Amino acid sequence: MSPEHADRTRGSPHGAPGAEQEPRVGVYVCHCGHNIANTVAVDEVAEWAGGQAHVTVARDYKFMCSSLGQELIEQDIKERGLNRVVVAACSPHMHEKTFRNTCQRAGLNPFLFEMANIRELGSWATDDREAATQKAKAQVKGAVERAVLQRPLDPLYVDINPNTLVVGGGIAGLTAALELANAGYHVYLVERDSSIGGHMAKLDKTFPTLDCAACILTPKMVDAENHPNITLMTWSEVLSVHGYVGNFSVRVRKRARFINEELCTGCGTCVEKCPVRIIDQNFEVGLGYRKAVYRNFPQAIPKYPVIDPDNCTFFQRGKCRACEIVCPTDAIDFKQKDEIVDLEIGNIILATGYEQFDARTIPQYGYGRLANVFTSMEFERMVNAAGPTAGRVVLRDGVTAPKRVGIIHCVGSRDKKYHEYCSRACCMAALKFAHLVHERVPEAEVFNFYIDIRAAGKHYEEFYHRVLSEGAHLIRGRVAEVTDAARGPGEEGQLIIQVEDTLIGKQRRIPVDMVILMAGMEARKDARQVANLFGLGCDFEGWFTERHAKLDPVVTMTEGILIAGACQGPKAIPESVAQGSAAAARVAGMIGQRTMKMEPVRASIDADSCSGCRICNNLCPYHAIVYHEDRRVSEVLTALCQGCGACVAACPSAAISGAHFTRDQVMAQIEGILWDARQPEVLWLEPA
Amino acid sequence: MAKPTFAMYWAASCGGCEISLLNIGEKILDVDAAFQVVFWPCVADFKYSDVEGYPDGYIDLCLFNGAIRNSENEELAHLLRRKSKTLVAFGSCAYEGCAPGLANLTTNAATMRTIYTDCLTTDETRDRLPQPLSMVPEGEIRIPVLYETVRALDQVVPVDYIIPGCPPEAHQIAAVIQAVISGVPLPAPGGKVIGAGTVAVCEECPLAKNVKQITRFYRPYELVPEPGICLLEQGLVCMGPATRSGCGALCPQVGMRCEGCYGPLDGQDQGARMLSAIASVVAAGGPDQDEAEQEHAIAAVMDTLADPAGTFYRFSLAHSLLRRVRVAEPGT
Repeated sequence: MSPEHADRTRGSPHGAPGAEQEPRVGVYVCHCGHNIANTVAVDEVAEWAGGQAHVTVARDYKFMCSSLGQELIEQDIKERGLNRVVVAACSPHMHEKTFRNTCQRAGLNPFLFEMANIRELGSWATDDREAATQKAKAQVKGAVERAVLQRPLDPLYVDINPNTLVVGGGIAGLTAALELANAGYHVYLVERDSSIGGHMAKLDKTFPTLDCAACILTPKMVDAENHPNITLMTWSEVLSVHGYVGNFSVRVRKRARFINEELCTGCGTCVEKCPVRIIDQNFEVGLGYRKAVYRNFPQAIPKYPVIDPDNCTFFQRGKCRACEIVCPTDAIDFKQKDEIVDLEIGNIILATGYEQFDARTIPQYGYGRLANVFTSMEFERMVNAAGPTAGRVVLRDGVTAPKRVGIIHCVGSRDKKYHEYCSRACCMAALKFAHLVHERVPEAEVFNFYIDIRAAGKHYEEFYHRVLSEGAHLIRGRVAEVTDAARGPGEEGQLIIQVEDTLIGKQRRIPVDMVILMAGMEARKDARQVANLFGLGCDFEGWFTERHAKLDPVVTMTEGILIAGACQGPKAIPESVAQGSAAAARVAGMIGQRTMKMEPVRASIDADSCSGCRICNNLCPYHAIVYHEDRRVSEVLTALCQGCGACVAACPSAAISGAHFTRDQVMAQIEGILWDARQPEVLWLEPA
Repeated sequence: MAKPTFAMYWAASCGGCEISLLNIGEKILDVDAAFQVVFWPCVADFKYSDVEGYPDGYIDLCLFNGAIRNSENEELAHLLRRKSKTLVAFGSCAYEGCAPGLANLTTNAATMRTIYTDCLTTDETRDRLPQPLSMVPEGEIRIPVLYETVRALDQVVPVDYIIPGCPPEAHQIAAVIQAVISGVPLPAPGGKVIGAGTVAVCEECPLAKNVKQITRFYRPYELVPEPGICLLEQGLVCMGPATRSGCGALCPQVGMRCEGCYGPLDGQDQGARMLSAIASVVAAGGPDQDEAEQEHAIAAVMDTLADPAGTFYRFSLAHSLLRRVRVAEPGT
């Protein structure tokens, strides 16, 4: 390290704030009740801090975030002339804003405040009091050294575009869109499928009230279609997202339906006359058929069908045109092309939902190999009056009603081999299925194989008891296998469920003729790409990451990008609806402010030091870096920059610096943290 | 009026700096005309005792090239500092350790073993290591003690100016000497770099630069680069982006990657900056890959990068954040 580095921490010219003022730092060490004080000797840290360079006053206090704690800071700023404040407490995620506001109230620029996280990074991480105390001192020292070099910064204000993009037309997205539209704001609702409605549109009944899913969902779908504030974009996908909160530019591809929506009346004649019949793997999950021109279901919104060119005889062989011939309004348009639509958006709500766990992944349950093993979604379609069997519960042959039905819970869920988490909705759906089997095939016996019944919800437990009283057998144990290999009399021609009944402590073999696998929820296969596209985080399983699991569940770490429903984690309908409404309320609140204060933590490029090497050019996740060919320098567009620092680290000639995270500040913090570290030993052989 | 006095000294260096000074062409005559040479082992016969005899501050301009590798180098560094008004760390060795500094990646014992024990062509003198003190019939012979750690000049004595380069470009040397002769005031002393640019080499490099996404690295012999296009983009680890300009980007213009001889930009660690820049432009696989796959993809690209220490710290190791490898004490 050069000698300039070394004196920086010792109050060199770099160190003076604004060069005219001596730094006067106040250090406040928080007990956080017992959270910190039990492990860190807070009084010792405060006393030690009081003796450090630049520190004017150092105190410890029970709860710094309380109004009394904050008043302490305000008072010291005013009476002791503090021009820097360091609070050693919890994570800045928790209270940085709180203390910045405290400083601001006392007339100190909020960016002259620095937080040392001695709770999450200290007391909660160890029981070793001495080590935790030592670490707290290092963190405080680092924070003080950094604070000394901090500069006052002014917030940036941006206008908020009142338009909102909702991605995903399932129940969560639909709810969010309707809430915002009803509040008077315009919404673009983009749905990948040909109809809105999502998974809920496939269901027959909903637990625990046994409401007809279609009866409660379709009115909302119709509302969305007719709402003057909603622009519905089905059969569409988001291609790119640029910009930042309040000012996103979004490019959407509307795939060609090959149907002129202006002319189509949705009469369905084309569907009826289309000669091509293929298995519907999407909406009917392989249990039913659709045509090459099709709608997912009769109440689909919008009502216009789509032509699937991969299976349409005209697209494949240039002949047929049956739909064109029968269409009374000449709405068939084989020449239609995909359309690219650019939208200006202020906020984005992602409600992209979940996928069902692929039951084939667990071979011992036989799905795909044993005909009468069904997935839960297949069974949903089967019991749906509008489904492929018109609501009749039958075996794969399409005619025989089952006599004994086994329902296996937790397929792919609560299993370290697949997904460790609980999918939340399947227990109740399984109980609903038990009820529906009894209702449709009254003589049938039903066995539910469960690990625990998770009936936490309003009227859920009552529903469980109702199903029990209807005669369902509940067997506690994880099923080992489903097999058609009979071992004894009564097992021939049956599916045998091998399970340890943990309540009686015995292995049991239960012959049934139908098995339903309650396949759990998992993140969509492309969740990670979607996360990259919108610039938000995904957890290991692929669920989108919220800003705070408890206090900020619908907001992400990226300003202006919100999440709702099962894309954040497994959810049933009521929670998805609640999140949709919550996200809409957050967006409405944001739009209501009209302008938004943004952190002035931004990168900038010193044009005189930029050599034009272009290493930074494709790093920016916000596309904020432009290259000026004429001057051969790169530039950061302040309005687009989110202050992530990727370019600052990458710049090989250090021409890019990040406000509030300058190299000097970061180096000073590191040197502060290493205050008691030994100098590296240099092997040194003195002359003889 | 007496002419100002001039000295040039070589410590641990290859002699290229001396050649480069002579390479300023006929301007060397101006040097001779303007200065009185009082010490220059390469070209004139002066003894150390002559220098010791000069009053302190007697030498007006001393160009010191070479790193501090042994006790003799260090002794002369202190001596010349005392005797010189203006001491210039001349060239990469004196400035930042350069190639001699790469010895900090190993130990003297290992170096000696390589030269005197393992070397296949050593025969007569195998296992006979040089000793600081040898007794011969005529008396005792002392040679300088080799230090375990190589240091740059400013890690031993304060330096007024630095002229970087391996070696410094003749036109840059000429410009500095011209300035001194004509009395143009230099910036305030204190280890400032003179005779070089303030921006990275890319500024001077005429090759077309595009957005970078590196999928594989090449050593210079493995690739005949596409002419006219940035070498880094083509997978050659061109140090230009992290290296101070001043040379005129001579190497990249003829298809040879910049090795970084002009050293880091002000206050930076050349190797760390370049490594972090490289890390930012390695193709990390597609967004559809999960983290483990991306890590594999990155590791596969990085595996093609040969000799990272020697690539990123070829010139600056002794003066860098790394300085030297830690050597385990015997018995630990």
